[in-house]
Order: sequence, then C-alpha cells, then structure tokens
Amino acid sequence: MTLGLINANPVVHAKKERIARTDDLHCDDNVDPLDIYDILFAIVVAFDLEVGWIHFVRDIRDPEHPYSLEQLSVLSEESITVDEKLGRILITFTPTIQHCSMATVIGLCLRVKLKDCFPPHFKVDIKVAPGSHADEESVNKQLNDKERVAAALENPNLRQLVDECLYSNEL
Amino acid sequence: MNFVDDSVELREVQKLEGHTDRVWGLAWNPATGSAGIPAVLASCSGDKTVRIWQQNPSNGPFQCTAVLEETHTRTVRSCAWSPSGKLLATASFDATTAIWEHSGGDFECVSTLEGHENEVKSVSWNASGSLLATCGRDKSVWIWEVLPGNEFECVSVLQGHAQDVKMVQWHPTVDVLFSCSYDNTVKVWAEDGDSDDWHCVQTLGESNNGHSSTVWALSFNATGDKMVTSSDDLTIKIWGADIIRMQSGGIFAPLPAIMIEQFFQYIGQVFTSEYDREGVIASGAADDAVRLFVESEESKIDGPTYNLLTRKEKAHDMDINSVQWNSA
Repeated sequence: MTLGLINANPVVHAKKERIARTDDLHCDDNVDPLDIYDILFAIVVAFDLEVGWIHFVRDIRDPEHPYSLEQLSVLSEESITVDEKLGRILITFTPTIQHCSMATVIGLCLRVKLKDCFPPHFKVDIKVAPGSHADEESVNKQLNDKERVAAALENPNLRQLVDECLYSNEL
Repeated sequence: MNFVDDSVELREVQKLEGHTDRVWGLAWNPATGSAGIPAVLASCSGDKTVRIWQQNPSNGPFQCTAVLEETHTRTVRSCAWSPSGKLLATASFDATTAIWEHSGGDFECVSTLEGHENEVKSVSWNASGSLLATCGRDKSVWIWEVLPGNEFECVSVLQGHAQDVKMVQWHPTVDVLFSCSYDNTVKVWAEDGDSDDWHCVQTLGESNNGHSSTVWALSFNATGDKMVTSSDDLTIKIWGADIIRMQSGGIFAPLPAIMIEQFFQYIGQVFTSEYDREGVIASGAADDAVRLFVESEESKIDGPTYNLLTRKEKAHDMDINSVQWNSA
C-alpha cells in the first residue's frame, strides 16, 4: 500500500552505543537455535530485564523513514516497564508527530517483533505516550484488542508493511 | 467475596491438541452427549480450520474425527450448531459464514453466506433453528432466514452499533436478538410484529450501568431471565431480563434488561462467560484463569447476589477465549 509521506522532516537523533549481543539467530549455523534461545532468555532474566527488551525493540524502523525507532525517539529505554509478578510488559511509544497515522502500524510492528522474540504467555500492553497523539484512546484501544490485531495481521498489505519494517536490515 | 465451597474444584480431564494456532471458539453439538450418543464438540481456530471431536466410546477420551479445512481463507472465529445438531455454522475473518452438514462421518460445506464487508466475528441460531444471525467488524448485524434445501436468505441488515460487533446471541426462548460490541454497548433487536421489520429496542450502555469498554460476550441462563456480559473493562455483569414484557408482542417495552451485579475480580480482559443448566456461570479471561460463580442461597431484599465458587488459575498457558458448558 502506498501512502504519501506524512512526516517529511522527522527529527533524527544519533544512535546510542549498543552493548554487543550474542543473540543473532540468523547468523550462527552451528548451534541449535533452541540452545541460543535458552541462553539468551536466561541472560535477560539474570540481568536487567528492561535493558534486555531494548535490544529487540529499538531496531524496528518507522514505516515511513529508514531510521530506527530509537533514532526517531519513538522508543527509549524508559519506554518499557515490566511487571514480573503479573507477567505483564508495558511498552509506551511516541509517534513522530501528533497525527501520525502510522501509529497503529508502529504498534503492530512492536507486537509482531515481541511475539517473535519472547514466549507467547507474556502479556504485552502497547500504548502511545500520554499526550503524544490526537487519537490516543482510539489507537490504544485498537492496539490492545487482540482480535483486531490478529485480523489486521491477516491483511496481506498490512502484513507486508510490518514485515518490511522488521526484516529489512540495512541501516 | 468469599469462596462458597472450598471442596469445589475444576479438574482438567483432557487436553485436545491438533490446532496449529489459537483456538477462538467452541460449540457442543446439542443433539449429542446423552441417551448413549457420544458427545461431539466443534472447535475453530486461527489456523483457518474447524475440528470435530467426539467421545469414543461414550465415556472415553475425545478424539478428532474430522477437520474442516480448505474452505475458510482466514481465521475461523466462531462456530455454532443448529438446534437439531444437523448443521454447523462457522464465521470467519474471510468475511463469509459457512454452513456445514454432516452425513456419516464427513462434513460438507453446503452453503456460504456472503455480505459482510469484512471479518465476521460471531454466528448464532435461534431456538427453533429457523433464523441465523451474524455480526462483524463492519458494525452490522445480519439476520438470515433458514429455508428448505440449505438455502439462506438475508432478511435484515441491522445498523446501529458504532463499532465492530463482537458477538450475537439469540434469546433462548423468545426470538429477540442480542449483540455486543467494541462500542461498549449491548443492543437488543426485535421484530415489529406486523411489518417484519427488525429494529433496536434497547441499548445497554454506560448510562444504564453498562460496560465502560468493549463487550466481548454475552450468554443467557436456561430460562432466559438472566444474562451475563463479559468485558474488556475487567468486569462481568449480570442482567435481569423481563421475559413477560419481551413476550408481550406488539410494541416492545423499552427496558427488558436491568443490571443486577458486577464482579471486579479480573486482572485481564474477560473474553467469555456462560451459564450452565443450573445457573452456574463460568468465565474465562486474559489472566489465564477460569472462574465459576453461583447465585447465593441467601435471598436478599434488593435482589440476588453471587459468590465465587472456585477459580482455576493457569487453566491454560494463555488467555481463555471461550468457555462452553456441555448441557447434556
């Protein structure tokens, strides 16, 4: 689906120095992916779980611009809260402008990426940062309605857009 | 709220595996499960199929006896048996509702109902099996007449909900249709005696003690004088329906349903609730637990109260999408 660029001049920030990780599932052919997953999962739990999450989510691109969500300040380390007791994770993101119509697409990208990387029983709530979007309640309601999310991801055009954001790997 | 009876417990007897994506809905075939006929259950899934499970032998474990596939092209969201148990309706995100008939062990798709603009979320047969209702994300509710030879004719397209309609359910004794929606309301639809025209006779919204977020499901007790609704607002509400007024025909009295009580026990959205024959309510929620509620035996002046009978935590590893009592 083609959309005119809505935010033609985003503010771009420098990429933060990242801690090297040993979890690139696509490049190591010798070890069983399940072993890698088990090691990875254990490390995340042993150290700061919130920092672990950041490594997965901040490389997703904003669908309209070839910069990561971190570079566009859509996400930061403060975006993620984990309630280990309830097993719930809250992600709060800031769309690039108030009327960003791609807010729901960004939210969908976050959901798909998290589902790929973490066990399915983690409950994830995704919301736009309060005050950051004109239709905040409407966007939040859609992103947290699992039936709507499931149906949206069955829409081939939307799915393709999400996949392009998540899996194209130049930066 | 107290546990009424500590000895009541839910015990898992079997886990049915086979679907390759989440199971959204279930339905017991009403013509089975008693008089020596083994119970039959249908389940529908995000894997685009419907599975039929049968107890074999009558007291033994359930086995999958059929997979209804290659018909729906997207998630099958809901399934419902006709009252005679001869037909199975399946509602899908592919915008169609399929009608299946079984002869011997095989199921054949005998009709496809089209018309919804996008995902169909729910399908329900009325008590006599003469009418079928469907609803979907296009905000509409469709009523279909069941004609001989597996023909279905749309008799009404009901607009009124402001958003995605999640579920439709016919009243168990009167041909009155209930629908619930992402617009946070429950609507009641009835036919105008003379003109065969269906219209909305009541809306249960926040202003009359209704829910403050998406209403996912509704269910009636056997006699149809009580209804339970489940919501994204983390509550279930019990409503009293005035059947005499509903049946009086002609011009419908404006308020057939009044809220009796609500429960705040949930820490996840409540996706499903259902009454059994004796009035026990089972509910399933996003906190992975199944809860049973029962009406208190102490009668109170201002109406019945309910107690939590038991709670099964981690009944599943993930959200509970549907609970269905076997009423045999």
